[in-house]
Amino acid sequence: MPDDLYGEILLDHNRYPRNFGALESPTVHVEGKNPLCGDELALDLVFDGDSLKEIRFKGQGCAIAMASTSMMTEMLKGKSAQEIREWIERFKNFMRDGGALPDDADMGDLEALSGISKLPVRVKCALLAWTTMEEGLKQLAKK
Amino acid sequence: MKNAMPKNSTQTKAEKLREDFPILKTMVRGTPLVYLDSAATSQRPSQVLAAYCLFCQSHNANVHRGIHSLGEQATDRYEAARERVASFIGAPSKHTVIFTRGTTESINLVCYSYANKFLKRGDIIVLTPMEHHANLVPWQLVANITGAKLRYWPMKPDGTLDMSATNDILKPPVKMVALTHISNVLGTINPVTEITAAAHAIGAKVLIDGAQAVPHISVNVSEIGCDFYAFSGHKMCGPTGIGVLWGREELLEEMDPFMTGGEMIQEVFLDHSTWNEIPYKFEPGTPPIGEAVSLGAAVNYLSDVGMDWIEKHDHKLAAYALERLSSEEGIEIYGPLNGERGALISFNVEGIHPHDLATLLDRDGIAVRAGHHCAQPLMRQLGVPATARASFYLYNLHEEIDQLMEGIHRAKEVLAYAR
Repeated sequence: MPDDLYGEILLDHNRYPRNFGALESPTVHVEGKNPLCGDELALDLVFDGDSLKEIRFKGQGCAIAMASTSMMTEMLKGKSAQEIREWIERFKNFMRDGGALPDDADMGDLEALSGISKLPVRVKCALLAWTTMEEGLKQLAKK
Repeated sequence: MKNAMPKNSTQTKAEKLREDFPILKTMVRGTPLVYLDSAATSQRPSQVLAAYCLFCQSHNANVHRGIHSLGEQATDRYEAARERVASFIGAPSKHTVIFTRGTTESINLVCYSYANKFLKRGDIIVLTPMEHHANLVPWQLVANITGAKLRYWPMKPDGTLDMSATNDILKPPVKMVALTHISNVLGTINPVTEITAAAHAIGAKVLIDGAQAVPHISVNVSEIGCDFYAFSGHKMCGPTGIGVLWGREELLEEMDPFMTGGEMIQEVFLDHSTWNEIPYKFEPGTPPIGEAVSLGAAVNYLSDVGMDWIEKHDHKLAAYALERLSSEEGIEIYGPLNGERGALISFNVEGIHPHDLATLLDRDGIAVRAGHHCAQPLMRQLGVPATARASFYLYNLHEEIDQLMEGIHRAKEVLAYAR
């Protein structure tokens, strides 16, 4: 049965998460947690100068949290820290604005998460990866 | 799947009772609401809503203050509600019933006013691993303040307390035992009478969190013999913002106030004050008067329906849900499997996070709880981040459990796949 929220793209990312796993010596290792629902996430980031060369994640959580993380890793790989910051902002707005697509960028698979913006209680699931990434950038800046 | 269960007497009565609950006619996303979250909060019958309305329209005034006749009417109704609650739970006298905002406040009151005053360094407070945060976090603070230590009663894999450990757990210097009557996650019904007797034998006091018990089974605090008993109005067809602490009179007399202000005083001087008598010593400020009156109406409603009937009906629903869920592949059920449980079942569907399950069920109009149920230590012991929970009450029908099962099947079609 097709479902407009749990669509094929979201399910595919949940079933076959991209960039899943850990990295040997990451520039930054950052963990995120959503204690209210028990979702846990660990990101390994390898930066080459300012550019995110490699990204892997491990974690457990609901389909929305897992799919959002998987999609994020695909979207951010190869981006600069500044571009990543812009993407975090873009994604937050996407969730805040009822899933309206931004004018300035192609959301790619992330578009499949638009229905979640209409479920306020689940938005935090989709955001976990992005707030964890934000924390990762803060750690990078301190290095 | 209509009428998978043969009609029976409790089912027919439940169908009739549903007429009392206007909210059950609500449509969710175009389908009729299937409300399976009464353990979080129950729905309210027209009789209770009408009692609140009548109070506001005809008797509203502050209590225990004015001379005017409206004030007298309000006070009479507020105190009549206290009397109804007292007799409903078998309290020996109405002034041992303290109105609070709910179970959480009731427990905090005991922690601050009793435990912080009478417990000391080296004493032990016994809790169980299945406590709601409301009966756990306040005791952590008591431990911090008094220097007492926390000790946890071991739990068996089936979610019941290991009673063979009683003598190891309950020995000096245990001074306090605080436990839930019915677990909000496992549905376990704890042997509170037996535990109270054993605790009293070593001079310990007993507090029981009855939030999940009073709405569902006959509770008689005198027969249990405990020292404190806490529960909430909103889980028993009453409003939010009102709850009860029942306490043993001689203990309440020894305790200092929890909060201070108006109403709870006898005389106030510039440098000191004296306290009002119980229960008013513990009811500072203007209480939730209409809510208390409505709680009295909820008690009347439950008494009219009959607590014995409710217990029987709940039991049938829980047994049927247990049977349906346990015959389904890939479902893990938490708590006792022998049917000796309260009217709720926590479970997980293999490969589906409970939050995804709850979102998908909601799309079919089915309201279940998903999360840690304010019991994170228990979740850790069960080895899961969260569970789904279906809970039942007097207005639920067997058909609704069939609908839950159909919803689970649909969720499986969407989300469950071989990993």
